[in-house]
Amino acid sequence: MDRILPKVPARSVSITDPWLWKMAWRDSRRSRRRLFLFMSAIVLGIAALVAINSFGDNLSASVDEQARELLGADLVLTYNKTLNKKTEAFLNTISPERSNEVAFPSMVFFPRSGGVRLSQVKALEGRFPYYGEWEVQPSAAVARFRKAGKTGERIALVDDALLVQLNARPGDSVKVGSLMFLVAGRVMKTPGQTAVTTTVAPTVFLPYAQLPETGLLQRGSRVTYRSYFQFDPGTNVDAYIKTFASRLDKAGINYDTVTERKEQTGRAFTDLTRFLNLVAFVALLLGCVGVASAVHLYVKEKIASVAVLRCIGASGRQAFLIYLIQTSLMGLMGAVLGAALGSIVQLILPEVFGSFLPIDVTVTVSWKAVAQGVGTGLVIAVLFALLPLLVIRKVSPLRTLRTSYEEDVTGRDPLRWAVYGAIVLAITGFAYWQIRDWKMALGFTLGLATAFGVLTGLGRLLMFLVRRFFPVSWSYIWRQSLANLYRPQNQTLILVISIGLGAFLIATLYLTQTLLLSRVQLSASGGQPNMVLFDIQNEQKAGVQQLVQSHRLPVVQSVPVVTMRLAEVNGRTVEAIQKDTSSKIPDWALTREYRVTYRDALIDSEKLATGKAQSLRNQTALISVEKGYLDRMRLKLGDTLTFNVQGALIPTVVGGTREVDWNRVQTNFLIVFPNGVLEQAPQFHVLMTRVRDTQQSAAFQRDLVRRYPNVSAIDLGLILRTIDDILEKVSFVIRFMALFSIVTGLLVLSSSVVISKYQRIQESVLLRTLGASRRQILLISLIEYMLLGLLAAFSGIVLSVFGTWGLAYFVFEIPFVPDFTPLLVVAAVVTALTILIGLFNSRGVLVRPPLEVLRAEV
Amino acid sequence: MSILRAENLTKTYQSGGRTLTVLNDVSFELQPGDTFSIVGPSGSGKTTLLGLCAGLDRASSGSVYLNDIKLDTLSEDERAAVRNQYVGFIFQNFQLLPTLTALENVMVPLELRGEKKAGRTAQELLERVGLGQRGHHYPTQLSGGEQQRVSLARAFANRPKILFADEPTGNLDTDTSANVVDLIFELNREAGTTLVLVTHDLELASRTQRIIRIKGGHVVSDTYTESTADLRSGQ
Repeated sequence: MDRILPKVPARSVSITDPWLWKMAWRDSRRSRRRLFLFMSAIVLGIAALVAINSFGDNLSASVDEQARELLGADLVLTYNKTLNKKTEAFLNTISPERSNEVAFPSMVFFPRSGGVRLSQVKALEGRFPYYGEWEVQPSAAVARFRKAGKTGERIALVDDALLVQLNARPGDSVKVGSLMFLVAGRVMKTPGQTAVTTTVAPTVFLPYAQLPETGLLQRGSRVTYRSYFQFDPGTNVDAYIKTFASRLDKAGINYDTVTERKEQTGRAFTDLTRFLNLVAFVALLLGCVGVASAVHLYVKEKIASVAVLRCIGASGRQAFLIYLIQTSLMGLMGAVLGAALGSIVQLILPEVFGSFLPIDVTVTVSWKAVAQGVGTGLVIAVLFALLPLLVIRKVSPLRTLRTSYEEDVTGRDPLRWAVYGAIVLAITGFAYWQIRDWKMALGFTLGLATAFGVLTGLGRLLMFLVRRFFPVSWSYIWRQSLANLYRPQNQTLILVISIGLGAFLIATLYLTQTLLLSRVQLSASGGQPNMVLFDIQNEQKAGVQQLVQSHRLPVVQSVPVVTMRLAEVNGRTVEAIQKDTSSKIPDWALTREYRVTYRDALIDSEKLATGKAQSLRNQTALISVEKGYLDRMRLKLGDTLTFNVQGALIPTVVGGTREVDWNRVQTNFLIVFPNGVLEQAPQFHVLMTRVRDTQQSAAFQRDLVRRYPNVSAIDLGLILRTIDDILEKVSFVIRFMALFSIVTGLLVLSSSVVISKYQRIQESVLLRTLGASRRQILLISLIEYMLLGLLAAFSGIVLSVFGTWGLAYFVFEIPFVPDFTPLLVVAAVVTALTILIGLFNSRGVLVRPPLEVLRAEV
Repeated sequence: MSILRAENLTKTYQSGGRTLTVLNDVSFELQPGDTFSIVGPSGSGKTTLLGLCAGLDRASSGSVYLNDIKLDTLSEDERAAVRNQYVGFIFQNFQLLPTLTALENVMVPLELRGEKKAGRTAQELLERVGLGQRGHHYPTQLSGGEQQRVSLARAFANRPKILFADEPTGNLDTDTSANVVDLIFELNREAGTTLVLVTHDLELASRTQRIIRIKGGHVVSDTYTESTADLRSGQ
């Protein structure tokens, strides 16, 4: 008689079954420390996520709170020409509380220290800033400065960055134009300004009333005017401004309100925190790969117990759930710990990001960020742990009878593919949540998969090579260490991926930084000019040339520059084209101020691409334009462009295009006129020379600023220093984030060493029984970890060299020759850390006598 | 009604492209309360036969009926349920869960059945095997003989109809073996359980009523022992 199933087990197989939780708890007794160690790999990833998210939340709250301080006023108007009387009178009607500012670049000179530098000069009148504190040392200097307009006292306030750079201090004199000012205060912070802005353009503040006497405001100077307004509390600024916005537009005045600035700042920082979140997420994923590998080893150890459970009647699902509960609980603990750590780490983030922050960030615990971090971390960690856990469902009870029984548990399990799918979906979903763009989210997942894939490939290749070209003649210690790299249950791949990715991030960062600097340095090599003098007035041209020559410097190039605006394209006015929605001409090209030169020949940084070089034909100016400009403007040869030069309309015909090498310190122009058209137009001159060293540069600039205070000099050294400063600040932030990945890699290393300890102890005991000394065993471990570290660092560096080469070739279009010395330092540090952590975690293997080890429960 | 019926059991494996027959057309039938030994040299197929009879594996052909339930058509989880309901196991290497105490090890089969008084029953069983004071010790804190006694208590926890023992004394010294074997037979008699024993030890096998010898996957003899004859004549 074939009976089907009798009434058997009453137990429901659901995750809510308390027995499963009880078993999970009991079973974890002997392995809680180890379980926690491998779950600790996700702690740092989650900490990074929570820290960045909390910081982002706090930042946006602070931006909301301090929005008015970002602007320093309720409304700011910006324009770059002096206003006519009518408009000026209108501006005065907007609000009785108005401050004015005139800003332009100029050379400033500190006679005591001899320091000279191109800086931003701001002449200020009124009570600006209305909101936020203008931090000046001593603080009394602010009131003194504001009164200076009336008292006639010649004082200046100078950005701290500039004083430090030029070795100057309050009490010194500073020469701006033809006037000498007393430095009354050191400006620590101006509302709305960040440390990065002051690095790029450090400012000297002057009383507005004294500006004319400096003699710096001349025709052709690049000046920006700003008017700051304060309204009565409760005024709806945005509604108010709508009533006269069109009038401002017509007068060419841009306006900025608190609401707009808040949105801009908020958007910029949301982008930043999202980008950093992705970096943090990489650290989390690294940790998860570590978790998966550790759970894999853990499951292997537990298979005998699972077989017994199956034998005495537990279903595959029950056994699976026991271990799922165990790993999930450990994951939760890791996530909570990570969130706690993240909430602490975010306390130091305002310091890390200090240079980029326009406001003070108030730090509080963001429960939203904590929940998001714990949720994300737990989901991803459990998904990764599921891969090895799935095997448990298929463990045969037959293993209780035959320990050597090997069933095919890794075969084609459809659930396995479902988990892979869920992981890809979770990663892409997370990326989308951060960047809100499916294409970029997929790109992120793909990029990540490529990096993981390449590192896996490199790891496998190296393992293959070690095996293929195994040095059979080497000493036993070396052979054993090398063999450990590819023996069963080796950790080579996982370590190459996790530590390799960390090394990759650090190395790429370094290589890109040197690449960007070399791009600038490259342009200074081979007799190219490295100093540019500009704002030279017509009447100063001969004098400046003479001064250059008196310092025994060459005049490499001297060109006239005329500023103008575009008025018509092929007979259509710029305004008409702007209103035409079907027009594909970019707005910037229509509204920008063009700086144009005139000459009949091409220079050596240019090549004629199509048509003819600029010339004058039948009183018509045939101009030449840069090749890319022609395409962007949707122009063709023979089209007409009409320019407005200080009110005079000058018609031109596009006669040819030029290819321009922009990578040189040279005056290159989008548009070049022929001789005979612009000679009488208001213009200034630019002169290029080459200085030998910083002493010569400083001596010349001091002389220049004394004789021609309105002429500005900018040398390549200054540009290099500025770029270096900014890159240093940016890379500090990225290095801070990469640290999470590196430390995660080291945690993965720790946990995998601890997890494979049992196997190592057995081996070590066997070797010692056979007569190996402690020293020999120590050497085997040392060499193995050294090889692992080298392998991981090497893989990461190879990946980064290729990555940076791609960046150099495709993006920056410059040759890339990596400097291997610093990369070797990275490799050495990574290897040393790997050896240290490896040996530290396996110290127990060495110090215990064989017999004790044989008996011990490991 | 027989408690266990094996019909033409054959088990083959694929190895290096060749088919390896480890069990060839084995049939027998056991009644409730029978004691039964499978003996034979290493690699003869006796453990394979035990695995098939206990529902730990499936035969390549032939059928196993355990308490009249045809095992070959059941899924692995259904067979697990059958094991939990009707079967007890004793292994050569004890197979206690190392992370559970002795008491918890005995409780597991009861808990799997959803029994409420698992702890009390398990404690009684431990007392029955003489380990009432050792319930909170972990397997590694117990000697081999003690571990096998815990394993015995676990095997009887769910009051099985049939007990499978795979070389139960294989890892024990002579004195301990004798104690454990006595205990197996005592408990078996008390509970009226059918006993299936796989062993090399002919002396141990001779304590069961029936012995089948296997060699190369074939049953070479199927005999009733003297004790059986005594028992039968006594009846």
